Amino acid sequence: MNETVKDAIKMVDIYIMGKKYSVPETLTIMDAMEYAGYQLKRGCGCRAGFCGACATVYRIAGDFELKVGLACQTKVEEGMYLAQIPFFPARKAVYDLEEIKPTVADFAQLYPEVFRCLGCGSCTKVCPQDIDVMQYVAYLQRGDFAKAADLSFDCLMCGLCVSRCPVNIVHYNSALAGRRLYSRYIARPDAFLSERAKAIEEGEMDSDISELVNADKEKLQELYNNREIEK
Amino acid sequence: MAYTPQLKELMKKVEASRASRVGVEYPRMSPEERRDVLRKFHPDYIEDGFRNIKVGVDKGTRMPNEMADVFEAYSRLRDIDLDLKSDPDYDVDVLIIGGGGAGASAALIAQEAGADVLLTTKLRFGDANTMMAQGGIQAADKENDTPAIHYLDVLGGGRLENIPELARALVMDAPLVIKWLEELGTMFDKNEEGKMITIHGGGTSRKRMHAARDYTGAEIMRTLRDEVYNKGITVVEFSPAVEILLDKQGCAAGAVLYNLETEQYLIARAKTVIVATGGSGRLHYRGFPTSNHYGATADGLVIGYRAGAKTIYTDSIQYHPTGGAYPPQLLGLLVTEKTRGLGAQPLNINGEQFVYHLETRDVESSAIIRECEERGLGVPLPTGITAVWLDSPIIELIHGEGTIERQLPAMMRQFHRFDVDIRKEPMLIYPTLHYQNGGLLIDDQARSSVENLYVAGEAAGGIHGTNRLMGNSLLDILVFGRRAGKSAAEKSREISTPEGLNLNHVASYHQELEKADAGKGRVGPVMLPHYTHR
Repeated sequence: MNETVKDAIKMVDIYIMGKKYSVPETLTIMDAMEYAGYQLKRGCGCRAGFCGACATVYRIAGDFELKVGLACQTKVEEGMYLAQIPFFPARKAVYDLEEIKPTVADFAQLYPEVFRCLGCGSCTKVCPQDIDVMQYVAYLQRGDFAKAADLSFDCLMCGLCVSRCPVNIVHYNSALAGRRLYSRYIARPDAFLSERAKAIEEGEMDSDISELVNADKEKLQELYNNREIEK
Repeated sequence: MAYTPQLKELMKKVEASRASRVGVEYPRMSPEERRDVLRKFHPDYIEDGFRNIKVGVDKGTRMPNEMADVFEAYSRLRDIDLDLKSDPDYDVDVLIIGGGGAGASAALIAQEAGADVLLTTKLRFGDANTMMAQGGIQAADKENDTPAIHYLDVLGGGRLENIPELARALVMDAPLVIKWLEELGTMFDKNEEGKMITIHGGGTSRKRMHAARDYTGAEIMRTLRDEVYNKGITVVEFSPAVEILLDKQGCAAGAVLYNLETEQYLIARAKTVIVATGGSGRLHYRGFPTSNHYGATADGLVIGYRAGAKTIYTDSIQYHPTGGAYPPQLLGLLVTEKTRGLGAQPLNINGEQFVYHLETRDVESSAIIRECEERGLGVPLPTGITAVWLDSPIIELIHGEGTIERQLPAMMRQFHRFDVDIRKEPMLIYPTLHYQNGGLLIDDQARSSVENLYVAGEAAGGIHGTNRLMGNSLLDILVFGRRAGKSAAEKSREISTPEGLNLNHVASYHQELEKADAGKGRVGPVMLPHYTHR
């Protein structure tokens, strides 16, 4: 970064767990914590919005509303009071996927809390991925696992929904069980994949590959340069 | 931070040429052109970024300076007195170090084979590059494809430097891995009949890239993690291994773990050990930004090497051609290759394409560096760096409106957070440090050169030669994770309780360092990157 760019950067005051730090306004919350001197152990993972390690709650001075975001994906703002929630206790049902079926009855055994939803919408409101969490909870209640799977797919399992739920639903684990049920039993298996796997296991593909494994580099280069490429 | 007025002005050239680029195939490079652009512009060929390591079993081997720094370093246990004689804190058949896709799949298979398994990991279980792999996973499971065709792509992409038996294992196990994941309830993109939807990736000759939207790795990781918990496998988080323990015969027999939070050292004794610690992008070779996970600091390579495990291709690093360059919050972040798979083209400041959009990653990256450095046709950014455009809006011209939202939801969301709509505005990209092609040397059963020490995933080397293709890393971690789990579990049955646990190899490594006058003041593995006060 050149000097003129550096000079142009505006600083903002933020409060990490109540303590004031002055940081460049272009930073994400995560970068700002490091700028302030933290070497993160918890509350930091992929740094790219995929892993859900860095759930953060904050409030802007003068505003009553509690806001949330992923620390790696949220820019700092003037007067931001923040704390990370790197872990939130939540139950995961233990199950054998081969022993259950995609039915309301089986699902209710795993996650009975789902049926206690009050419809308050706190989960949807808090989701940093903008997922309509309450809606997929409704789909799970109905046993519509295809819709629940589709709607919940972008979930990062950050746990913020769980932290806000008045009836202790574990949304992200329930959704994961729903997606696995859908993928295992409702989406159809790929028939040719099974055929191919069987052919490999029975050694039918061995001779082809052995020929290449034993070929010299010159031969391989020639085959590679002239290989047919699917349009 | 939306695009500045200057960038918006430059963007007009991209818009102006867009319609004329639809359906027009830019010529691929000839083998000679590929070789030339690599030699002149790929960072692996820039000599002052490398040195030969002075100590250890591969003394004299070339590696990036930043990797050599952590290899030529003293143990964290140097002045620490550990009790290796009393009962250990953990005593298991198979110890797995690392909680990404390789570690998780190894754990499942090892337990299935009857072993008592402990999985230990530096951060949370699932905090790994696996979680971030967006684009897909390759497997030859279509009628017009075979493992042999896949093999040729892997070798051609890897500059024919792959270890043949490892590449063979990779492509032959691929359909088995996809089948395994399907049965575990992984939500792949499928059509109504259940057929996997597959597309091209850089360097593929068949459409064999399977995906789960653009959360492919995350979907695989959360499924495997859920299954590990379902199986009741013991998982210890925030406890990286800081040294491998050897027994009196010099075989791997456990590890010293470090609880990051209580700062205590713990002893794990095991009959066999699997290193599945992943890559090293967070060492920031040559100062490049990285697409890697926070924990990617080569820990497993360092402790495996100290224990005597041989390495391969430590000087071969993959730069992903499309790292985020702007907005600044996205610097280094991976723009999935699926974006190019769907037809997005790299363009220079004049809105002209300068390279075929699906060359192998090394060639594509080198061509982008050439466009910016030699030809001076990069787009200057307000942050002081240059970049090229990646024309994402063309995807919707090719495949129809709504494609980006459906196929690239993660990308769309990430750019949207910083006020860029990739459906309407092209992205700005530059190569980012992405993958360690080399690592610890293994055979096709995932055995390292140290007895009872196995390696799987990005920590292992040789599978991809000196350049990996997209979609072969998610595949590799599962193929060799499963193989490591199986071999380590089977081997553990032949072993009674290991005796005479020791760290003598660490003491001799220290002596070597002193003799070579290397590593003064450095401690490894580094475990956590230092980003404070930057």
